[in-house]
Amino acid sequence: MKMNGAKIFVESLKKEGVDTIFGYPGGVVLYIYDELYHSDIKHILVRHEQGAAHMADGYARVTGKVGVALVTSGPGATNTVTGLATAYMDSIPIVVFTGQVPTNLVGNDAFQEADIVGITRSCTKHNFLIKNVKDIAKTIKEAFYIARTGRPGPVVVDIPKDVTMDSTEFSYPDDIELPGYKPTYEGHTNQIKRSIDMILASKKPVIYSGGGIISSGASKELFAFAELLKAPVTNTLMGLGGFPGEHPLFLGMLGMHGTYAANMAVTHTDMLVAIGARFDDRVTGDISEFAPEAKIVHIDIDPTSISKNVEVDIPIVGNAKSILAEMNKLLKQDKRLKGFVRESEDWKTLINQWKESHPLTYKETGKLKPQFVIERIYELTKGNAIITTEVGQNQMWTAQFYKFSKPRTFVTSGGLGTMGYGFPAAIGAKVAMPEATVIDIAGDGSIQMNIQELATAVQYKVNVVVAILNNNYLGMVRQWQSLFYGKRYSHTDMSHKPDFVKLADAYGAKGYAVEKKNDVLPVLKEALKSKLPVLIDFRVEEEEDVYPMVPSGASLKKMLLA
Amino acid sequence: MRHTISLTVENKFGVLARVAGLFSGRGYNIESLSVAETLDPAVSKMTIVTNGEDKIIEQIIKQLNKLINTIKVVDLTVTGHVEREMVLIKVSASGENRTEVLRLVDIFRGKIVDVSPDTFVIELTGDEEKIGAVLNLLKPLGVKDIVRTGKVAMQRSIQHNTVDNK
Repeated sequence: MKMNGAKIFVESLKKEGVDTIFGYPGGVVLYIYDELYHSDIKHILVRHEQGAAHMADGYARVTGKVGVALVTSGPGATNTVTGLATAYMDSIPIVVFTGQVPTNLVGNDAFQEADIVGITRSCTKHNFLIKNVKDIAKTIKEAFYIARTGRPGPVVVDIPKDVTMDSTEFSYPDDIELPGYKPTYEGHTNQIKRSIDMILASKKPVIYSGGGIISSGASKELFAFAELLKAPVTNTLMGLGGFPGEHPLFLGMLGMHGTYAANMAVTHTDMLVAIGARFDDRVTGDISEFAPEAKIVHIDIDPTSISKNVEVDIPIVGNAKSILAEMNKLLKQDKRLKGFVRESEDWKTLINQWKESHPLTYKETGKLKPQFVIERIYELTKGNAIITTEVGQNQMWTAQFYKFSKPRTFVTSGGLGTMGYGFPAAIGAKVAMPEATVIDIAGDGSIQMNIQELATAVQYKVNVVVAILNNNYLGMVRQWQSLFYGKRYSHTDMSHKPDFVKLADAYGAKGYAVEKKNDVLPVLKEALKSKLPVLIDFRVEEEEDVYPMVPSGASLKKMLLA
Repeated sequence: MRHTISLTVENKFGVLARVAGLFSGRGYNIESLSVAETLDPAVSKMTIVTNGEDKIIEQIIKQLNKLINTIKVVDLTVTGHVEREMVLIKVSASGENRTEVLRLVDIFRGKIVDVSPDTFVIELTGDEEKIGAVLNLLKPLGVKDIVRTGKVAMQRSIQHNTVDNK
């Protein structure tokens, strides 16, 4: 059937199973919006395009499906760049459709023109400019395929206005033609066997797992792997939820704000099994002193992640889920396993001593503590909520004090560290899973970066809860200034800000302010029952720091403990 | 160490920018790059000369492979291959110099492709060593300008264990 490009666009999205678009209209996407007017695809009108990209990202993280955003050309497109870079760093599958000026004006510095394909080349997995209506269906198919396969990531599809107006026959392709794109899923059999030998010959193993466990859906396999080996597990920020937070083998997060036990364990291990993690600088600290005594097996779907930061002994390229399944199968039949578990008992005793001597903790001062608020959120939701965060202290305390037990329940900007991410991501998550409890743990700085989305949340009755840990500072930067810049708090004072209760009210949401410990639980309970979005202004201890802390670039064993 | 990398890519707009962006975004160096269509017009071949430690080269090759439009990457440095470069040299040639230039061009099997009363433009093809040698000989006579194509390279059909016996 002959259709115009806009209709082909909408039909193609339906073929990809898209049920929700986060978007913002504008001149060059009007044909598309005209089609959406009649379509049953749900459209969430955001208040800023950055919000659309983060919402699509939040939607993708909690469902595992590809999130979709639609924006206009020029500023609409450039406003999504931070969202794209966020998704790119964390390997999140989203497709962002940007309108473009008509093809005859491309390159003319036309009104609202931006070379978005050029601008986003380095922060997308791939991007496309569609020049002919005949290419729309094929390109959309490829875009979704690229976004969700291999190491997932964001894809931009730029569509000039005239292309959406032109007509052609519509047929959605069955096959993909990408001669240069063949992700490796199955691990190399010999490498897998060798890695089993290496692991079973060790005495002090540690499993270090990251976001690859979440994106490949390998948490069951990881659980079985750890249980078979009885080996301790530490997660990266992106890996939290990939292994049960309350499990006795769990060490907590490692790295700059990791637990004492996790950082000591990786420092002293003789066998590091890295799975779906990329040895990020926030994880390793001084790379030359990271796991100095360890042999390293590195499982990752992206060959460029392997031997990028550290030399590994056995690289295995492929999908974490299938490789772990294969390793588990081999381990179950392996006669050396029993002896291995017995031999590593002393190691686990040592680890338990570290855990007991230096648990995550904070000092009571009579004032409301941010960690206390997070503990109550955990207590109340029993680890069953979807938690998003902003970036900074709020994010680190959440990673430390909320014990994530299931994959896809922790939504945070790990790689890029995007302030203003958590609130729109929470909206995206809640739109994807209306039945879930969704809480954004925010700071008073971060929440102001995308506060406009409160209107979106109210309009679509997206009843997320935003718990603002309000300390009147850009807390993490202030912490660095306090520790390393002689307490010169240069431009980190955030005490000038709106009254969040009134602000919530002005938007038609609900607002609370909490100063006393005893009010935390009752207010949280009420907030979780609310049909409206809720902002809770927790007035917490102003100069509370996040500990442990490894100073930037220092060895992991050089933790500041309080 | 210097590496010559042969890159087979889809012949689409923007691919060169992706390759160039990969190098510039990660601080890798491109010494020379040449690109043109192959027998199959849907496919282009690039020859890239770059340098770096083994670890950097390994990353470059992996990153090139990661590009969606990349079909094949071969590090020719570790395989038997032939490489050539073409250079156009504008050289001063007046009086007795003219015969000397012509003699050199003849010895190195170059061609004169443009003549004026006091200059020649020489076309010369060869590997780096040869072009270097000719330039060294011509410089004292007065080289006014040079343009080089950058290397093109091709894997040999028969791989010898011995070093390239030219």
